[in-house]
Amino acid sequence: MWIDPERCVGCANCVAVCSMGAIAVDARTHRAVVNEDECVECYTCYRGMSREHLPPAVVRAIRGLARLFRFRFDPEPDVCPTGALTPRELTWPRSVRRAFSDPLVPHESTGLAGRGTEEVKTNDVTGRVKAGEAGFTVEFGRPGLGVRLRDIDRVTRALGAAGVTFEAANPVTSLMTDTKTGAIRDDILDEKVLSAIVEVKTGLARVSDVLRTLRSVSDDVSTVISVGVSARCDARGDTELDALLRADGFRFWRGKTNLGLGRPLYQEAV
Amino acid sequence: MTNTLHRYGSPESLRDDFIVFAIPSKSNREGSGPKLRAFLEIAAKHGPINMGGGGKGGFYRPSERVTPLVHWRARAAVPPSAVIEGCENPGTVAAVFDDVEKVKALLAELRQRDLGMSINVSALTEDARRAAEAAGLTRHSVEYSLGFAFGETDRMPDRLTLELATMCGHGMVAFGLVQKLCHLVKEGRRTPAEAARCLARFCTCGVFNVTRAERLLVESLALTRGPRTTKEES
Repeated sequence: MWIDPERCVGCANCVAVCSMGAIAVDARTHRAVVNEDECVECYTCYRGMSREHLPPAVVRAIRGLARLFRFRFDPEPDVCPTGALTPRELTWPRSVRRAFSDPLVPHESTGLAGRGTEEVKTNDVTGRVKAGEAGFTVEFGRPGLGVRLRDIDRVTRALGAAGVTFEAANPVTSLMTDTKTGAIRDDILDEKVLSAIVEVKTGLARVSDVLRTLRSVSDDVSTVISVGVSARCDARGDTELDALLRADGFRFWRGKTNLGLGRPLYQEAV
Repeated sequence: MTNTLHRYGSPESLRDDFIVFAIPSKSNREGSGPKLRAFLEIAAKHGPINMGGGGKGGFYRPSERVTPLVHWRARAAVPPSAVIEGCENPGTVAAVFDDVEKVKALLAELRQRDLGMSINVSALTEDARRAAEAAGLTRHSVEYSLGFAFGETDRMPDRLTLELATMCGHGMVAFGLVQKLCHLVKEGRRTPAEAARCLARFCTCGVFNVTRAERLLVESLALTRGPRTTKEES
């Protein structure tokens, strides 16, 4: 993202709106500027703010006059008065940032937008997580911190060494050079994204192993990791997963419940 | 997208937060457009507080062109019919509710209509399970949120900021904006309802729960002003 200095009036509304805190008003020029290394190209500022399209010179004159008398205007916090936010055409590898950060951009590997995974949400149709299995969604960077792909690479390599299976239809998996080791391609490791989700699958008996692996490697990453664990329920709607997670000391009360209304219903081999 | 999985808050904080969504899979995506629109039409009858589909936003949206009067006038919400019409491409469509009874009624109708799309409830899992059972459904699969379990969790902001910001799982509601609006509410420059709608405008999927946001902001005001005492107590 780029902020046009000819149009920016330094109102600072976009500063608070930035998901990564990558925008600041330059005290010398009184214009907002984007820290390009921290910007993840999520387009939150560009898309989320309404635009007034006012003439910058007029707005600057009014703001200057108000400042003279120490008046402070109390504008709507989500409005850019002059439409100064300007998207730039992105080239590889910077385009990776937007693919993972902007929820409206479909990812090539999945056809779904943003981090783009179906997880257990379509498990009734896909049979992605079968009876006796556990599916993990390991999410990096959210909320509000973002993540370098180098940090994700550290974790995927640790998971690969632990012998898990990476979900093939997942955007992060599509960036791996080796889905056995979990190695991510070198040319994008310094890119920062708003968040990314790694999906792996194991048998229910290995739930503790995977969580232990994540815990052990998490000291080496400069972001936060959120974890979701999924399982197929039995005919009564129960699953062994509850007891396994509780035995590992986890408390959980929120999640997604798939109601099994998708068609054609996946038929598991008996 | 794990857009609604990791909403932050205690069970008490999440008591009025239910997202019901329909999603096509790769195998049944073709021809799913009318079914997804039908889902939204059915959901609209049950009184959602927000709805989204097609990535065009929910009931509360930003505008490409506003007049300077925007700073003084209340901005109108988009009607459910506009959300339904905007749902052009197959993808996730969602409706947000603040009342479990409405969810139960919706699930019962969805079961009867048998749209063939995967239907999920993102909420407190026990509430979702009971709502499903009330509609005659047994849950097929479940995904539990273990929350922000690992890594640099000490870099997370305060509880209220997390509760509000994580209602957009794509991270479009910035910590900075939440904190700015909290200050505006505390200073009396914005009402909790206005602040909640402002935050909701950044959620392109329409899954931001404005009822919960407003309640959390009101509760935070009560804490800021200290414990209330009755005349008798004082």
